[in-house]
This record gives sequence, structure tokens and C-alpha cells, in this order.
Amino acid sequence: MAGITFDAVGKIYGGETRAIADVSIDIADGEFVVLVGPSGCGKSTLLRMVAGLEDITEGKILIGDRVVNDVAPKDRDIAMVFQNYALYPHMTVRDNMAFGLKLRKTPKKEIEERVGEAARILEITDYLDRKPKALSGGQRQRVAMGRAIVREPAAFLMDEPLSNLDAKLRVQMRSELGLLHSRLGTTTLYVTHDQVEAMTMGDRVAVLKAISDTESNLQQIASPRELYDHPRNLFVAGFIGSPAMNFVYATVGADGTATTLDFGGHSLAVGSGALPDGLERSEREIVVGVRPEAFEIRSAAGAGGSAMTVTASLVEQLGSEAYVHFAVPVRPVVTADIEALLAEEGTDASALGDETKFTARVNPDHAPRVGQSAELVVDTTKLHFFDPETGDAL
Amino acid sequence: MTEDQDSIRKASRRREGRSRTVQRPRRPPAFIAIPATIGLALFALPVLGLLGRAPWSRLATLLGSDLALEALRLSAISSVSAAVISLLLGVPVAWTLCRYDFPGRSLLRGLVLLPMVLPPVVGGAALLFALGRRGLVGSPLYEATGLVLPFSTGGVILAGVFVAMPLMVLTVEGGLRSLDQRFERAAETLGAGRWTVLRRVTIPMIAPSVVAGIALTWARALGEFGATLTFAGNLQGRTQTLPLAVFVALESDRDAALALSLVMVIVSLAVLVALRDHWWRSR
Repeated sequence: MAGITFDAVGKIYGGETRAIADVSIDIADGEFVVLVGPSGCGKSTLLRMVAGLEDITEGKILIGDRVVNDVAPKDRDIAMVFQNYALYPHMTVRDNMAFGLKLRKTPKKEIEERVGEAARILEITDYLDRKPKALSGGQRQRVAMGRAIVREPAAFLMDEPLSNLDAKLRVQMRSELGLLHSRLGTTTLYVTHDQVEAMTMGDRVAVLKAISDTESNLQQIASPRELYDHPRNLFVAGFIGSPAMNFVYATVGADGTATTLDFGGHSLAVGSGALPDGLERSEREIVVGVRPEAFEIRSAAGAGGSAMTVTASLVEQLGSEAYVHFAVPVRPVVTADIEALLAEEGTDASALGDETKFTARVNPDHAPRVGQSAELVVDTTKLHFFDPETGDAL
Repeated sequence: MTEDQDSIRKASRRREGRSRTVQRPRRPPAFIAIPATIGLALFALPVLGLLGRAPWSRLATLLGSDLALEALRLSAISSVSAAVISLLLGVPVAWTLCRYDFPGRSLLRGLVLLPMVLPPVVGGAALLFALGRRGLVGSPLYEATGLVLPFSTGGVILAGVFVAMPLMVLTVEGGLRSLDQRFERAAETLGAGRWTVLRRVTIPMIAPSVVAGIALTWARALGEFGATLTFAGNLQGRTQTLPLAVFVALESDRDAALALSLVMVIVSLAVLVALRDHWWRSR
């Protein structure tokens, strides 16, 4: 087993198209790290660079203490699990699993033992003599895992291994993979576009973004809780969490001795110390981030606290919770990314209208009906503040 | 686990739905059935015509003649050789066209497919200008080795390769293109070198296309007429293959022509049906 190190890694295709810039990550031996981000953020490319399926244009990748930039894939001692499983249709499950061991000229008896053991762990013993074609998606997924496990590699590389499964099976396999990792303790690098998968599986999660210029793809790498509670910028804050964090332009004001955040006719009083140093009474416009669960209906929250009265434009009842959608008359928050997207489509921020949309997660028993007004109490200790220019957390 | 069993059941139901003929309706509607019947008749009638006119009682004698036996032998040798050479050369050509990006690739692909649309006579003439004793390559070849291709059995084989190899390239390239390269990448990460990937993964996975390619090239080479006649001539025992023998016999001995034709029809049909059942359906 071994850790994996990305040292200022970059990737340029065909000498001109840059996909990855300046990614540095240290993955400890035995750690489960998830690379997550929207499509085009370079997460799969990074994984394939570790596997040796893409060459490394800049920087170094180390597996253990060994720089593997020029090492052939077969000599990197890793096992990769692919999204489509890549099981060989002309081989039985047993032969598929034994494939890597046979190539290494492992003694027959040991192959049998290791395949048998992996099959037991993954509960696929009964299917060993079948062809992959005769298996369900979940079973194929297990065989693909088995093929990786039997090699006892230095690290597992998993490229969206669950995305071909239906939702229910995905949740089940997610916890099975988690159990497997705690049992084997093998360093795992896991790629997904699904932030829930990332948050539930990773010891640490690396959030990646498609690059602009030569700024790094890596936005933040931290534990799931840290990412959630202390996102480093607007991108991470918006990407992690579902429903996504609400953002609104607000001006830091004052009401008597209290500091307020004023936007669209609403004014939220915040306690002293809630705002970062230097912002209080600054009259500055900042971006305020509010997680949906920082809201609660007055009747459920009890007396006290800052509140805003809104009109519900849509209410989604889930039974365990309800999502109340409403809008505030403030121009929507436009980040540099969104601006670039709009420019590509030949328009600008004015196309987004002059309303900021909010989602609040509230007690289902107290949710208003569509069109009704509701008083929402805001937990002002859980607000996030961002610089409107750079998007960085303040 | 019950979930898995459930999805297996669903998956197998889907499979059954796809492959079991019981669930397909028996009869197409008239607007499909009528043109389809005419189309099928176009294939079937000539064969029936042959069968109806075939000199069944004299078949053994007719096929035992020198002309027939020599043509049969020559056709067997030349069509099999052409198929083998097409395999050895056509697969690398398909590989190059499919897997590598280089300038002039589409021109090359057009060139490879040209024999399929060119009249075989033109192909034979072109071969003659290139490989004839005074040809572009043929002349130095003759000077150096004394080898003369036209009007030899080698010429017959070459003509067969020329017209048949495009079919090998087409089918194998199709097979390679539909092969998800992740299968090969996965093998690399599992510790396979390039040669092992080729031997253990790529070749087994494109085997059905290769076999189909062999069947098609063989059948095309067996039926080759125009290019053979132009490039290799019509010498009994040396270059007179079955189609040429049939052509000659039509003028002199109609029954012999029918007997030889019958052999070609039966052998070709048997091979194509057998291969189709064995290979193409299993994918």
C-alpha cells in the first residue's frame, strides 16, 4: 500500500488545450479521497493520469515514494474500476477476476484462494462460472470490484463506479464500498460528479472546477464537514449541499447598535462577532450565503431571532421536510463563471432578471401553501460571507 | 440481495424479449411483406433456376472431368489463399485506419475501398500495369527474381486479394470501432503489456468481426471473375478457376456449366449459413 501525491500537476492536450493546471494533493496511505466536480473539471483526467492512461504534461505524480510519470500502467501497481466495469465478455467471472493475477504469474493455488476470498467478501461466489452478460448491473459492479481487490494493489482508482446503477442499488453499493474500504484499508482515489456520493464516502473531498487561464482546478480539499461548514469560495459553497446554498447581494448596515444585512427590503440583524473583522458597519456590498436549513418557519422556530416575511412561490412537500421557494427583489448573484457562461451565449447578467431565488428547508408540518406568506426565522450564526469580486470567503 | 435477484429477473426478461422468436409477430403487414417477397424472390429464383435445370443424373461424370476437377482445385487453393492473405494484411490495415490519426487517412480509406466499386476488369487491368512483366513494380521484380505474376496461379490469388480485402478491412474496422477502448485500458491497469492486451483482450473481442471478414473475403475471392480474367488469364489448370470454367463451359457444354455453378452455389451457401449461425448470432 502507498499514498498518492500530486505535485503541481498540469495537463495540456495537443500542446494547446489546457485541461488541468497546478493541482497539488497529498493522499495519505489508506485514505479515501474523492475527486468531485461538474463535467469538464478534469477529475477523470487526473485519475487517468495516476493510472498511466494519460501522460503528465507538467508536475509529478508519486505512488508511494516513486515518481510514476514515466512508468507504464502495468507497472504502477494500481487497480482501476471503470464506470462501465470493462469486464471481458469472453471470460467467466472467475477468469475476469483472475486476469491480473494470471498476468503476474501468480501460482494457480493462490489465484484460486484470492479469487475465492474476494468472491466471498463481495457475495458473488455463486456466479463465478457465469459470463458477465448473465449478471445484473449490481453483480457486474461487484465483479469489477473483485477484479481490483484480488490484485492487492497499492491503490484503488475508481472512475464513477456507481453511476451506471439505479438509485437504490447505488445507495446500497455506496455503503458496501465504504465497508470494504474500512476492511481493506487500501488507499482509494474515487471520482464522481455526485456531491452526495462524495460527501458520504470520502475521508476528504477535493472539489474541482473547469479551469480558466492557469488558475488551479482544485478549489478546496477538506473533510466533508469542513467543506460544508467552511467552503472557501462561492463555487465550493454552491456545489456542496443539496438543495444548494442561497446567495444574495446584501449591504452591511446598522440599526442602532446592531449590525444588519440589508437586501431587497429585508433587514437581518446579526449578532456581534457574526461578521468577519472589518466588515461591521462598513456599508459594503457583499455576497451572503444562506443554507436552506438555516431557515425555519416562525411557528416552528419559536420566538426571537432575525426573520424575513416572504411569499411562497412553490412548496415541495417531502414528508420529512418541505422546501419553500421564494424570491427577493435583488439582482441575482453573478460569479465570474456565470459571467463567462453568459458571455459565451452572447448575453450578460441582465438576462437573469432582477430577482434572487431562494429555497428554504422547513418543518413539513408548518410549511405554508403556495401563494401564502410566511415568516422565516434565519439562523444568523450559520451565514457565509463572500467577496463579490473574487468569490472568496471573507 | 433480493434487489439483485430482482434486477436479474428483470434483465433476463428483457433478454428474452429481445431474442426469443416466440414474442415476435409471425407475419409482417402487407406493405412490408409484398416488396420483401419480391426482393427475396430476386435472390431465390436464379438459384431455383439452376436447381431445376441441373443435370442431376450426369452430375458425377460432369464434375469428374479434368476441366471441372482442375477448376475446383484451383478455386479452392486460390480462394483460401486470398482469404488468408487478406487476413494477414487486412487486419493491420483496419487497425491503422481505425486507431491512428494521420494526414491523408480518409484518402487511404477511399483507396482501400476502391476495389469494391471499381469494375473488376478495370482492377485487373490496373494490376497488370502495376505488376505485369513491364509494369511499374512488376518489371524490377522480374529483373530481380524472375517472378512473373500475370497468367500464373499467384496472379489469381493476387486478383482475389485485390477485390476481396476491402471486405476484411471494412468488417474488422467496424469491429474495432465498436470495441470500447476502456476494455484495453482496464487490461493495462491490471498489469497487461501491449502484446498481452492484444492477445488476451482485443483479438478475442473482435474475433466475430474477423471471422465474418474471413467468410466474406473467401466468398468474394471464390466468385472473382473479371480481375482474374484480365490479370491472370484463362489457362486451364493454372488460372482457370470455377467462375472462368463456368464462363467457358457455357459456350461449349451447358450441362458442365450448370454442374459447376451448382457446386459454387451449394458450397458458398453452406459456408455462409454455418458461419452466420455460429458467429454472428452469438454476439
